[in-house]
Amino acid sequence: MTGRPRRWGAVALVIVLAWLVVYPLLLVAGESVHGASGFSLEHFRRFLVEPREWHVLWASLWISVASVILAAGLGIPLAFLFEQTEFPGRRLLGALVALPVVLPPLVGVIAFLFLYGETGFVARLVQAALGLEDPPWRLEGAWAILLVHAYSMYVYFYLFTRAGLATLDHAALEAAHSLGAGRWRTLRRVTLPLLAPSLRGAALLTFMTALASFSAPYIFGGGFRVMPTQIVFTRLNGDYGLAMVQTVILSLVALLGLGLAGEGRAPVGATAGKGLPPAVAPIRGAALRRAATIGGWILGVLLLLPHLTLLLLSFVPVGTWTIETLPPAYTMGNYVTLVTEPERLRPLVNSLWMATSATLLALLVAVATGVLVARRPGRLAWLIEQLLVLPWLVPGTVFAVALATAFSVHAPWAGRLVLVGTVWILPLAYLVRNLPMASRAVLAGFRNLDPALEEAAASLGAGRWRRLARVTLPLLKPALAAGATLAFVTALGDFVTSIILYTYDTRPLSLEILASLRQGDVGVAAAYGVLLMALSALVFGLGSERKVVTR
Amino acid sequence: MTYLHLESLTRRFTETAGVFDLSLGLERGRTLALLGPSGSGKTTTLRLLGGFEQPDRGRIIVDGEDVVPLRPERRRFGMVFQHYALFPHLDVGMNVAFGLEALGVSTVDATRRVAEALALVDLTGFERRRVAELSGGQQQRVALARAIAPEPRVLLLDEPLSNLDPALRERTRRELRAVIRRIGITTVIVTHEQDDAFDLGDVIAVLREGRLEQVAPPEVLYREPATPFVGAFVGRSSWLLGVVGTDGIVEVENTAWRLGSSSAWEGGSRVRLLVRPEALRFAGAGEDGLRIMVTDRRFAGASTFYLVATASGAVVEVSATPEAAVVGQPAVLVPVSDPADRDFLVRCFPAEPA
Repeated sequence: MTGRPRRWGAVALVIVLAWLVVYPLLLVAGESVHGASGFSLEHFRRFLVEPREWHVLWASLWISVASVILAAGLGIPLAFLFEQTEFPGRRLLGALVALPVVLPPLVGVIAFLFLYGETGFVARLVQAALGLEDPPWRLEGAWAILLVHAYSMYVYFYLFTRAGLATLDHAALEAAHSLGAGRWRTLRRVTLPLLAPSLRGAALLTFMTALASFSAPYIFGGGFRVMPTQIVFTRLNGDYGLAMVQTVILSLVALLGLGLAGEGRAPVGATAGKGLPPAVAPIRGAALRRAATIGGWILGVLLLLPHLTLLLLSFVPVGTWTIETLPPAYTMGNYVTLVTEPERLRPLVNSLWMATSATLLALLVAVATGVLVARRPGRLAWLIEQLLVLPWLVPGTVFAVALATAFSVHAPWAGRLVLVGTVWILPLAYLVRNLPMASRAVLAGFRNLDPALEEAAASLGAGRWRRLARVTLPLLKPALAAGATLAFVTALGDFVTSIILYTYDTRPLSLEILASLRQGDVGVAAAYGVLLMALSALVFGLGSERKVVTR
Repeated sequence: MTYLHLESLTRRFTETAGVFDLSLGLERGRTLALLGPSGSGKTTTLRLLGGFEQPDRGRIIVDGEDVVPLRPERRRFGMVFQHYALFPHLDVGMNVAFGLEALGVSTVDATRRVAEALALVDLTGFERRRVAELSGGQQQRVALARAIAPEPRVLLLDEPLSNLDPALRERTRRELRAVIRRIGITTVIVTHEQDDAFDLGDVIAVLREGRLEQVAPPEVLYREPATPFVGAFVGRSSWLLGVVGTDGIVEVENTAWRLGSSSAWEGGSRVRLLVRPEALRFAGAGEDGLRIMVTDRRFAGASTFYLVATASGAVVEVSATPEAAVVGQPAVLVPVSDPADRDFLVRCFPAEPA
């Protein structure tokens, strides 16, 4: 494609993306300074003078920072253990340790609830063992949130550090040793500085995820609020003006955090230099080896426990499990209910079609971007990429509020339609949230393609569309699969945007899980959770099976 | 009759990068080699021909038709890419059939033509092989088969031999030449290797900084280089300074050489002499000539190359027998006796302005 049509295509893409991604955010900013009679800072004043609001803001900040510290403390040592030592079961466990990534946030949270909550297994065991009258603890407040965050977010540090270690140049470490540096000194002066970019990336990702985290504070927070939950509750109370201000402040904090990290893009686990990765050192000494093995397996079981709990509970009939330590009866009934009762099946169908269409559309945008600008750097290309990454930078709650604001008014000349309350709003929201994941994978795929392949196809008489269908897309399959997997799984398990935008008819799985839980249908909630988990794992399995064919 | 014609072809990247006002003609069935150092514009020229670059101005005429407005897929030019650009997701047969598909050739015909193309490059029966299973040489041949299967009007080859090791390179070059001759296709080949250009090109165009230095058959290029650059770039050579005298005599560092080619110069002109290694020989006893010091010796099988330093400090390469001279000893050089040879082995160019 040459010159003109490509340029017009790129301009059209910028307009569509600006309309979907930037415009709703601008509308929120506008509403936040809009009073009964035009411009007004009244909402901001109300926010600033209310100590409780400051409290919530502070809570969001410290929870996020504490999450980073906890996740780093867990993830980095684990990465070193699995990357640099050898013990029986290392490979299997190493893969298991990355498991929380597969768990949709809400499912992870309810699994925790069933496991460590006041009526969960562990609490019951302790209660029975000590003969207590009341549950020994309540899983509530900041520490409960931090527990869930640590469990689900250490994976970022674990994966980034492992990736960093795997690309570390062994020669640099050997050079340090030959210059007389001991183990500790080498770690401090060579290994960690070389890992710094990976660690910074993981810290940023964890901070942003924790700041935007909604499921854990929503379920476990109780009276303890963070910004995303506060926004939802303020909206529930009908104080839209204040909710807009809170939304603006939360996005500013997110962008500020990003600015402090000094990077405007999604981080990649990268370290300088090529070379052989450091050798895997078998642990010397039988006792130490056994300790590592046992420790590793205990860890593996601990990590799997939430998943197992959910699986077990999904077989428990409603109302049969009251005071026993273990459930007394098991049934397939919960699963049968899901597929036989139309009202129970509906959320599953909803989630599947909405996630599928959002994923396909996101891929379409990503491929269009790739065709139009991937190999033609320039101002338009830069702009499009910034627009595509924005939904990742801004917390999900913010985007949900922004879309709810933009698409609740009928003003076609201003680019606003009434979509809230229709079946279109959730797929649209999922699409916007999927754009960063899908486009990152697909654009990386485009950049890895040898341009000569397309030129070869052209010289053999293949026109634009034939080249795309016969050469470009087949070669992009691995990238498309990777992007689609991430996007689909995220959309399928989405809770944070759904809770703001769903209608009864379009309620997705996550909201049905919540509703079942509220009605005491623990078994059904667990069955939904297992289904969601299994679907996510299945898609991940399918997505990563593809062989990589580039160059 | 000229089949492929480049007229004032210009594609400017910077002052010295690109292609500038290039005009060339090539007869049907002949092979043109574009030769030059990296950055000379030869690859840009090939990409302009293929349609992957648009010229700022100029025309590319094939069989009377200007193809510049045509997109690559409409030009019917076959191209073999430097790294072959085989489609990794398709097998060998599907790679070769790719160009036939676009022509709308029926499946039966396509199967036959794929087999023919593969037979031509000596890969009969390779249809179901995966591209990744092939050796570099085989990949190169598949790329060639794929390019010629749709029977293009012109075949373009971009450094087709640069990814092969030396032993394979020479054999592949012979086979490539055989295939091109057999199908009689008009071919343009880009290379920075003089051997490839000499072996494959009926005519060679030497490019430098995007401009055409000379276009000629290989023998002419070597014996009558039009510019000092061509002389130095094609074949081995050294430079000596001289002053033109009368009666075809050129004075070189106090010795007089009789050079027919100097008659075109006015007496007293300062000239630079391009000297081929075989232009000079070590003098026998009693002969006088250019007094030099032998500084280095390199044995290369068929002949031995000596580096010698003249009194003025110029360094000259001379080829001779392995016993002709000794490193670190003074010696005397004289031009070869045959005047016809001498005129081709020593060329006069104007001295560079001081």
